[in-house]
Amino acid sequence: MTPARSSGAVLLAVDNISLSFGGVKALTGITFDVREREIRAIIGPNGAGKSSMLNVINGVYHPQQGTITFRGEVRRDMNTHRSAAQGIARTFQNIALFKGMSVLDNILTGRNLKMHATLIEQAIYLGRARREELENRRKVEEVIDFLEIQHIRKTPVGKLPYGLQKRVELARALAAEPILLLLDEPMAGMNIEEKQDMCRFVLDVNEQFGTTIVLIEHDMGVVMDISDRVIVLDYGKKIGDGTPDEVRGNQAVIDAYLGVAN
Amino acid sequence: MEAKLATFPRLLLEHAHVRGERPATREKDLGIWQTWTWAQVADEVRALACGLAALGFKRGMRLAIIGDNRPRLYWSMTAAQALGGIAVPMYQDAPAAEFAYVLNDAEIVYAIVEDQEQVDKILEAAPQVPSLKHIYYDDPRGLRNYEGVTSIDRLQEIGREFDLTHPDFYNDEVARGRPGDVSIVLYTSGTTGKPKGVCQTHAAFIVSAQGGCGFDKLDSRDSILSYLPMAWVGDHLFSYAQWLVAGLTINCPESGDTVMTDLREIGPSYYFAPPRVFENLLTQVMIRMEDASAIKRGLFRYFTGVARRCGAAILDRKPVTVGDRVLYAIGNLLIYAPLRNVLGMSRIRVAYTAGAAIGPDLFRFYRSIGINLKQLYGSTETCAYVCLQPDGGVKFDTVGQAAPGVEIKIAEGGEVLVRGPMLLKEYYKRPDATAESIDSEGFFHTGDAGLIDDSGQLKIIDRAKDVGKMNGGAMFAPNYIENKLKFFPHIKEAVVFGNGRDTVCAFINIDMGSVGNWAERRGIAYSGYTDLGAKAEVYRLIGECVEQVNTELAREGPLSASQIHRFIILHKELDPDDDELTRTRKVRRSFIADKYGVLIDALYSDKNVQHIETLVKFEDGRSGMVAADLRIEEVKTLPAVPAREAA
Repeated sequence: MTPARSSGAVLLAVDNISLSFGGVKALTGITFDVREREIRAIIGPNGAGKSSMLNVINGVYHPQQGTITFRGEVRRDMNTHRSAAQGIARTFQNIALFKGMSVLDNILTGRNLKMHATLIEQAIYLGRARREELENRRKVEEVIDFLEIQHIRKTPVGKLPYGLQKRVELARALAAEPILLLLDEPMAGMNIEEKQDMCRFVLDVNEQFGTTIVLIEHDMGVVMDISDRVIVLDYGKKIGDGTPDEVRGNQAVIDAYLGVAN
Repeated sequence: MEAKLATFPRLLLEHAHVRGERPATREKDLGIWQTWTWAQVADEVRALACGLAALGFKRGMRLAIIGDNRPRLYWSMTAAQALGGIAVPMYQDAPAAEFAYVLNDAEIVYAIVEDQEQVDKILEAAPQVPSLKHIYYDDPRGLRNYEGVTSIDRLQEIGREFDLTHPDFYNDEVARGRPGDVSIVLYTSGTTGKPKGVCQTHAAFIVSAQGGCGFDKLDSRDSILSYLPMAWVGDHLFSYAQWLVAGLTINCPESGDTVMTDLREIGPSYYFAPPRVFENLLTQVMIRMEDASAIKRGLFRYFTGVARRCGAAILDRKPVTVGDRVLYAIGNLLIYAPLRNVLGMSRIRVAYTAGAAIGPDLFRFYRSIGINLKQLYGSTETCAYVCLQPDGGVKFDTVGQAAPGVEIKIAEGGEVLVRGPMLLKEYYKRPDATAESIDSEGFFHTGDAGLIDDSGQLKIIDRAKDVGKMNGGAMFAPNYIENKLKFFPHIKEAVVFGNGRDTVCAFINIDMGSVGNWAERRGIAYSGYTDLGAKAEVYRLIGECVEQVNTELAREGPLSASQIHRFIILHKELDPDDDELTRTRKVRRSFIADKYGVLIDALYSDKNVQHIETLVKFEDGRSGMVAADLRIEEVKTLPAVPAREAA
């Protein structure tokens, strides 16, 4: 079943991307593709450029060189708003939620791009505003049900334990009904049970909604279990790319993880 | 009993006919309460039953039902019964290995389960259950790529098609059902040996439900939150039998974690919870009151005082002074009514608790703020229906009077025997066990020791097998005394000894939270459990609790000989990991008696200190030794007080 998912059409193609901050080269000539409906992992030691890669994909950083093709279209002048509008959603390594707002409201913010009613329409809550509100709330409730967080619907996010906050962040990303979901270390800082839950949710999202997922993760067990293909970065360069088994046997990868002098 | 109301499927048809548009079942889904009317439920059940029949379900077969309280799982019970089948609800939190035993014992061919979690477990158990052929699920999430399982939606589709071509089938099948048919097999929890299937008939549960509804005047306007395991007899009585008998509304919570929120939203008029739930609720209230402003705290303290003085009497319609009535009315406005609202109990007419002893303070608190909390007594074998507490005659230490139609007798040895229409038909495939528990006169042996008090109410003292005799000939009921001790928040666990001895002595575990807090407020420094338990002040504190228990026991006639003479505060907490408690936190007496033999000997000698070393297992699996010199404290005992004076 698993290999079949990697045979879909190319959804995202990253071609020869280089990114540098002043004199620091964060990414050098990175090329890879993400196919429809697959779970693609990016791994690598600290500072390898994993988060930078995600930031390039969703338009936070602008690479000095290379092109990104999303759904057959070469992107120019990318920014985060436009990438969200194209159907790319993400979560963050350090949770970025509105701490004082309830879980429900936080997830509703994920629907922001689906709201078209004007301020005045919203204020009188008639016609389009009302229809949209109902539709958005229904979608949010589906996500809440999906991620099994009904019991904290009205709880302010700041009061929740870390593992649940991570789940709320995933919920917000899902509320946007993304085509491509970028997860930056979704399981960092979780205990084993929370990790298992999160793995199941990631797999369910992929299966149920057909969402393509690119994830960064440190836990090798998790990565090897749930991903279809893995890219390995080290010092901003790609040193491996393939199925979990291929990557596991790759000498360059083993060296990078065991720390051979460069 | 009218013939047309003699089985559950017939009751459902009757409700669909009489009150077709009234709500029968609600479930919170996607954040909104969804309602099904009686007519809709009857239609859904019909489709389920026809679907099962179309796929080969035959009269007398058993249908396993596994999951949380979901409307379609309740309906599946009626569907199976409509075909002359038997519902077998199973505990949804049991692991696959336990599933296999029950599935095999009940020779299950058809199973309806809730979701992926249950499907995974039943598929894991399936290789050991050769009879199992058909599995249906309610919630399709994550099950898209599973083979060999079918959704209930599909089952109902098949049923609706079958119904079109066989229009008389369903009604004919329902008409063939007899009140004496077994409607359900409920498996006992199996604390002693393997679980046994208790076979109950339509008639037994319908009589029990009618008795209960008549006793508490329940009707179709009442509503209840269905959140306790479907495999448990209490839930079957409240959420199923009484649902179909009274025509009330059952409400299924969104998930196990949202029960408290759902309770508040629904505001049921009838409520059941084990004592633990009431205790947790009260603790939450108390903690939140500690954080409230001084004015609110003051009001709360003052008016709970008023309630303690006269609240229960007002609820029981007993004479109360005008002054107290006025104060209580003000208190109701300021404190009790808002508090009931927060607890989701604004509309409660009757609340029940059972399953374990409830502390008198806890019980009085709920009654004093105007919640009609009562106790009942029953077991799986008696449809959870033996004793009920009448309005106006509620006591915390009895379980009430015999329910309508039930006969109670106390045997020679003190065991409670019951007879009535609610008794089980038999244990499934266990004629030996059936013969053992029902005697030739038709009395069921409950295994509980009890006595009937002056007002004719039954008082359960202990499990009959735990009851012993002291050397003086007096009865010794360890659980009864231990419960009295454990009602004190400072005492977490207690084990008393006295069987075949002259006096009673006790081991005590202090409650770290409660005693720790008490010590902090007094500036008593301590390093951990062992250190705190050894403090002279703590011994004095616990000594006072024990003395109070002695005062109570002195008034209880035959039990006055069981007053506690000496006690030890144990140096470690009794722990299931060390095999001292069962997983459900019941004391393993004989194991403890062996392990702490030295301490028992010391209790019954004239020593005041005893040294002991004990092996303990830590949570990470390592083990180590704990050594301590334990003090033994004497407690004052009182002369027995004649029962009359005590009252």
